[in-house]
Amino acid sequence: MASGTTEYAVRRNPEMGPDGTLVPSPTEPFDAPEPELGSETMLVNVGPQHPATHGVLRLVVELDGETVVSVVPRLGYLHSSFEKLGEYRTWNQIVTLTDRMDYLAPLIYNCAYVMAVEKLMGIEVTDRCRVARVICMELDRIFSHLLWLGTWSIDVGAFTPFLYAFQQREKVYTLHEALTGARITTSATRIGGMMADLPDGWTKGVREFADNLPATLDEIDGLLTCNAIHIGRTQGIGAISAEEAVNHGLTGANLRASGVPYDVRKDRPYYDYESYDFEVPIGCHGDCYDRYLVRMEEMRQSIRILHQALDRLPGGPMDIDDPRISLPTKTDCMSDMESMIHHFKLITDGIPAPAEDCWFSVEGSKGELGMYVVGDGGPKPVRWRIRPPSFVNLSAIPKLSEGHLMADLIMINASLDIVLGEIDR
Amino acid sequence: MTGDPSSGGPFSGFDLVAAGPGVSRDDSGEAAARDRVAPGNPSVTALRDQFPGAVFRNEICAGDEDVVYVDPERITEMLGWLHNDPEQHYDHLADITAVDYGGGRPIEVVYQLWSIPHRAALRVKCELSLDALEIESITGIWVGADWLEREVYDLFGITFTGHPDLRRILMPENYAEGYPLRKDFPLRGRFSRAEQTRRALTQDPEDYYVPGEIAERVPQVVEPAAGEEGDAEGVG
Repeated sequence: MASGTTEYAVRRNPEMGPDGTLVPSPTEPFDAPEPELGSETMLVNVGPQHPATHGVLRLVVELDGETVVSVVPRLGYLHSSFEKLGEYRTWNQIVTLTDRMDYLAPLIYNCAYVMAVEKLMGIEVTDRCRVARVICMELDRIFSHLLWLGTWSIDVGAFTPFLYAFQQREKVYTLHEALTGARITTSATRIGGMMADLPDGWTKGVREFADNLPATLDEIDGLLTCNAIHIGRTQGIGAISAEEAVNHGLTGANLRASGVPYDVRKDRPYYDYESYDFEVPIGCHGDCYDRYLVRMEEMRQSIRILHQALDRLPGGPMDIDDPRISLPTKTDCMSDMESMIHHFKLITDGIPAPAEDCWFSVEGSKGELGMYVVGDGGPKPVRWRIRPPSFVNLSAIPKLSEGHLMADLIMINASLDIVLGEIDR
Repeated sequence: MTGDPSSGGPFSGFDLVAAGPGVSRDDSGEAAARDRVAPGNPSVTALRDQFPGAVFRNEICAGDEDVVYVDPERITEMLGWLHNDPEQHYDHLADITAVDYGGGRPIEVVYQLWSIPHRAALRVKCELSLDALEIESITGIWVGADWLEREVYDLFGITFTGHPDLRRILMPENYAEGYPLRKDFPLRGRFSRAEQTRRALTQDPEDYYVPGEIAERVPQVVEPAAGEEGDAEGVG
């Protein structure tokens, strides 16, 4: 017995050989009999306060050894009742609620909301506004994917890509700040236009960002895509077939990784997306690794769209020329009585919407972001509903992770790219 | 000061403001050219033919969105047909939500469907009167309906019969103030701030960590309303 133990210890621990080289530890498995561990399972509470849950998400995980038997997500820790709050606000006041939902891609939410309301009211925005919103949305798609990339690499155990990605995110923060004055809670859009016109030099800043980003993506690509640890942690993990993914309601990169080329920008184009030249990447295995590849490629495609949109950005007014919707300029308000009254009336009365309902969805960074607005003829909504892509994507996590290891659950959660502000709303 | 706003000035009076917004530019031809799904979705006619009497009415909202009001008793049957029929093939359930218009009017349950192969959208609505807030679950057709139905149950109090796990999802499970998105629910809740705090502090945190909650995932028994059994057989 004693000799056996010694022999095992010698085999396990690498030592210096007689010639000074390191003798590697042998790889043959330890062939001791399987110990009796019993059959009861263990309950592990992941979150709500844990960085790997990407927010205040709580997963109650039942484990058999290290294998996940079942997962029960518990939500609502960040519930702010935005939809209820919206019913007490005028249409324009709701814009500030939208960016609090997804603080990782606030401009997409700002744009999606006003686009739905404009469709309800039958408003056609100016050409400059259309292109400016496309720039905003694509910029924030990259912005959100960069955060996903950083946290994803942290979860897989790589710290450097996180720093690279966040360096680039910082530049988008600066662009947000130049555009709106805020870095996260942008509230950049208004019904019929934007909060303000694009500031001087802003498009140059976006162009510079779009020019420099591919180099960073290449670097991260080199660190992760063919990395053995990364591949081992993600390939074949959390796979879902195309039919199941559609049936679960997955959208965005999570659906496309399973091979379903459903992208709202292509299938139900808005804002002339059909005239931009870009590809929709799809995966074929539907596992975590394919979701990684799809998002990496989506960033490159967004850069293409950014360049095209910057090229075609027309001059002219940003807001529509309609006194029932657009506010007069600040200078006019301060110097002209009629403009001040006009401003006062629009702010206090709000903009009435017809008694109809309207569904409008855009391709958000997390998936299909739908806005469902119901008006009753007044300046406030009867109902304002967000179709939360992360919420529906997260509902597939029990299906994706059961049977995998506990460590894989962290990767699956990271691969879904959720944001809790929008799940809990 | 130029004064009187009705006599001209930069804007020709406030009648425009009072009239509310309309189409800002007359470019209806241009807008129609951009619509991918032409108004008048053929699925509406097909649904009427397939289920005579179960389609109450249909309308087109916001220019190009087809809305169908159907019989809530036959919702699983109809949505199942829309999902499975190769001509319709609405395979993507985009959303389930509800709308309370207030004033005692019925609550609408709204299903937002999208067909990925046919690139067509359809909105199906069911009206439920406030004293019978119950509708059959469609989790058997779309697994993704699970959480969406739970959310509607949580915030509107609509019971989805046959749902495998109908619990509150966003609000805490011991939430006693009712259903927040109903119009009769006050914005700040029914209880005072002090009472809300007291309840939060007196609840036993151990309740959140009992291993039994995994076992509690077995289908919750939802007692069917009287007279539902006969209909349940007809629903495929």
